[in-house]
Amino acid sequence: MSTKPTNVEEIKKELIAKMPTKVARKRAKSILPGTEVGEAIPEIQSNVRTIPGIITQRGCTYAGCKGVVLGPSRDIVNLTHGPIGCGFYSWLTRRNQTDAGPDGENFIPYAFSTDMTEHDIVFGGEKKLRAAIQEAYDNFHPKAISIFSTCPVGLIGDDIHAVARTMQEELGITIFANSCEGYKGVSQSAGHHIANNQIMKHVIGTKDVAVEGKFKVNMLGEYNIGGDAFEIERILEKCGFTLVATFSGNSTVEDFRIAHAADLNTVMCHRSLNYVAEMMETKYGIPWIKVNFIGAEASAKSLRRMAAYFEDQELIDRTEAVIAEELEKVKTVVDEIKPRTDGKTAMLFVGGSRAHHYQELFKELGMKILGAGYEFAHRDDYEGRHVLPTIKVDADSRNIEELEIHPDPERFKPRKTEEELARLNEKGLDFKGYEGMIGGMGKDAMVIDDINHYETEKLLEIYKPDIFCAGIKEKYIVQKMGIPLKQLHNYDMGGPYAGFNGAINWYRDIDRMVNTKVWNLIKAPWQTDGPELEATYVA
Amino acid sequence: MALLRHTTGEIKERKALTVNPAKTCQPVGAMYAALGVKGCFPHSHGSQGCCAYHRSALTRHYKEPVVAGTSSFTEGSSVFGGQSNLITAIDNIFTLYDPEVIAIHTTCLSETIGDDLMQISQKAKDDGKVPAGKHIVYASTPSYVGTHVTGYANMVKGILKGFVKKTGTPNGKINIIPGFCEPSDMAEMRRLADMMGIDITMVPDTNGVLNGPMTGHYEMYPNAGATPAEIAGMGDAKATIGLGRWATADGVNFLDAEFKVPGHVMSLPIGLKATDRYVDLLRKLSGKTVPDAINFERGQVVDLLSDYSQYFYGKKVAMAGDPDQVLALVEFCITLGMIPAYTVTGTAGKYFDERMTELLKDVPYDCKFKCGGEADMYLLHQWIKNDPVDLLIGNTYLKYVARDEDIPLVRHGFPILDRVGHQYFPSVGYSGAMRLMEKFLEALLDRLDRDAPETRFELQL
Repeated sequence: MSTKPTNVEEIKKELIAKMPTKVARKRAKSILPGTEVGEAIPEIQSNVRTIPGIITQRGCTYAGCKGVVLGPSRDIVNLTHGPIGCGFYSWLTRRNQTDAGPDGENFIPYAFSTDMTEHDIVFGGEKKLRAAIQEAYDNFHPKAISIFSTCPVGLIGDDIHAVARTMQEELGITIFANSCEGYKGVSQSAGHHIANNQIMKHVIGTKDVAVEGKFKVNMLGEYNIGGDAFEIERILEKCGFTLVATFSGNSTVEDFRIAHAADLNTVMCHRSLNYVAEMMETKYGIPWIKVNFIGAEASAKSLRRMAAYFEDQELIDRTEAVIAEELEKVKTVVDEIKPRTDGKTAMLFVGGSRAHHYQELFKELGMKILGAGYEFAHRDDYEGRHVLPTIKVDADSRNIEELEIHPDPERFKPRKTEEELARLNEKGLDFKGYEGMIGGMGKDAMVIDDINHYETEKLLEIYKPDIFCAGIKEKYIVQKMGIPLKQLHNYDMGGPYAGFNGAINWYRDIDRMVNTKVWNLIKAPWQTDGPELEATYVA
Repeated sequence: MALLRHTTGEIKERKALTVNPAKTCQPVGAMYAALGVKGCFPHSHGSQGCCAYHRSALTRHYKEPVVAGTSSFTEGSSVFGGQSNLITAIDNIFTLYDPEVIAIHTTCLSETIGDDLMQISQKAKDDGKVPAGKHIVYASTPSYVGTHVTGYANMVKGILKGFVKKTGTPNGKINIIPGFCEPSDMAEMRRLADMMGIDITMVPDTNGVLNGPMTGHYEMYPNAGATPAEIAGMGDAKATIGLGRWATADGVNFLDAEFKVPGHVMSLPIGLKATDRYVDLLRKLSGKTVPDAINFERGQVVDLLSDYSQYFYGKKVAMAGDPDQVLALVEFCITLGMIPAYTVTGTAGKYFDERMTELLKDVPYDCKFKCGGEADMYLLHQWIKNDPVDLLIGNTYLKYVARDEDIPLVRHGFPILDRVGHQYFPSVGYSGAMRLMEKFLEALLDRLDRDAPETRFELQL
């Protein structure tokens, strides 16, 4: 047995030792230790290509665009233009819950595809796309149709945007297209950006109505996996906020249209929706803050900052009352469970914000984070947004359109003056700010971007954490080693984990997982005992 | 209030739009077939998303590790070709993951740009990227042709092409190519042959790979699946049996044409009659007598049927699934006295219509069936809206129809995302027939109990 490496640099050497030289050289730049609070954060390589043949967690641009951002919106017909697979795999697999009421529109349980065949690839698929839109309209009469292109569409040159324009004119409903071919970008992340652009161009701000409510906010980057958005809605309503639109959990296209009526944008998943936040600020004058509703303390802090923004004593008092009431419930459960989880260890390698957010929940249980990393995030999600100007735009990012946004001549209305913003910033509002994951993780923690199977196996051998967080592809690999894996994409069908009730659900689930006795059953009695008794009785 | 609330009974002709497909694309079938070879690492030559989706779909269905590689195409590789990505991938896979075999399949992306796997794998070998004694096999599986069933068939043929040899010395074995079915089904097909004392080679064989035990250790290559040496020997076999036309005919015909191993393509052995044909063919090909133990199991099936036929008789069934699966199920339903009222499969094929017509000729009901692109679960649901059925059979996606229409569902096929059992318990063979009958009965009798008025609620059924 080799001696256990003791620090991150040593472990890093072990992780890359067996890799081919070029691979090792590249991977080395994506692996580093965490930093202490206030310490300078070194640069981490992220949002770069995965090396072919290296088993990655990552998916594609289509998955980020259709699967993540637009998929959860219920009253839009999301039509996949391509062979059948992509539409099939993104059909109901992300657990985006929604509440359409007894008779509201809800297309989430449907998969719509042009199901392209060889003929379409050879002769072009525009005709079929047009016909499919017509048939979708004739069968379902939706208010909006969104088209998503898959890999071959870009290669054969179908102009999906032109088809969308023509059909929008013919049918008189909103139709827009997303050129989200899987090969664009290096991960799902490119797809988020493309979806952000198209929602901004075609939907947000397309309807002007007076929205009731004194404290109007949008929630950006919250997808209602396992009912997270329902819990956040509950809390916001209790405090007195009016939620205009959520992008895009439990949402409708109608919500998106009026989203510019909000006075504050709050960003949950920075990676997937920061673009809309930025663009809405420029176009409509709505400031944005990063929030986090994963973790009871983090939720409380987010609520306080949101209340502080509106500078209304009644709202602040009510928010404090809600926090006090909710935290009391939470504390009872933490007190019960923490003795069983205190000191246990966790690793999180997942997503573009969850590997950061969920550290809060583990800490509330007294657990130690041994390592974390994102699947598809960028440097700003690791090091903080202050590094944005220093991020080099490479060829893979350059092919994703950057919209040029200007203030809307009629709808631009700064919600706060520069002085007000500065004053609120001093109070801790931190507009347009996100500190990233690495700062404060501590030098003993391992940070790895786009972790691969090989590194995962090695890490588990070295650290043997009490729990590992990733996704479905990793789940049973890790569990075969006798280490429980908590899925942070679909929550292992649990949840909600957001907000206060969500925190309680999380504590109970983690308690069950890290204290399970199932691993003790692996060995049969005859596998742990000594040799069988070989003597026999002689009659 | 309904989940599929926009579905009505008003059926409008569709030519371009597929809604709620009863199929998926080729590569996932290719990946599944490759996992039935020992020491094999499936590789997806395309965008990362393909591989991620296929691994996720297989993992969700089997609740077991499924690893595979991807060529991680970027825009550049899509324009200039994927050769350099694939050669890098091959090098990295052999270095880091050390498989015996890499089984490469294409995707719609790499097919559209015209990447040639034969040429690229040859170049990888010439460049010294394939270590001595290691293998590359491959299959062309464009997603815009056929379905996951076609992908399975293509990879099976790719595996055979890569390994099978003829030494000229007969080995007396019988080759069995199972259709796209569960590891438990493959085990059951083998068990029946074993009971008859027949030495078989089964390719692919996912038993032990996708239903493995918890050991406290992760093995990327479980000690299961057909070994390259066994597969090589298939050219010297006495005969080949393919179980399921769509999934196996290509492989069977390849062995017949290339190695003169006589091939027999038959149904998946689901239900009494199809299992009878399988056992009888094994008997005839091997010259062995069917043992009493098999007659005993068969007798149990007939016994169960005679005991409970009153509950099966006349019950209308709607099903969606793969053609090999649904054709066998339709036959079994008819054996049980049920009416296969509606059947759809997303996988096209002329034989489907022919066989359905033949199977349904004595069924006193105007049964509807359809295969191909627009033969989707949306159409099936519309048929049900117009005239309901008593039982649904299909994958997990049908649970939305089941709930909306309040019809019991027996889960069968791929994918099953919300129940376990399929990986461990077969639906083929006589024991599989009994398991299916038990499932059908549970569903029908639970419904009978639920709906019975108090006055007619019975202790015995």
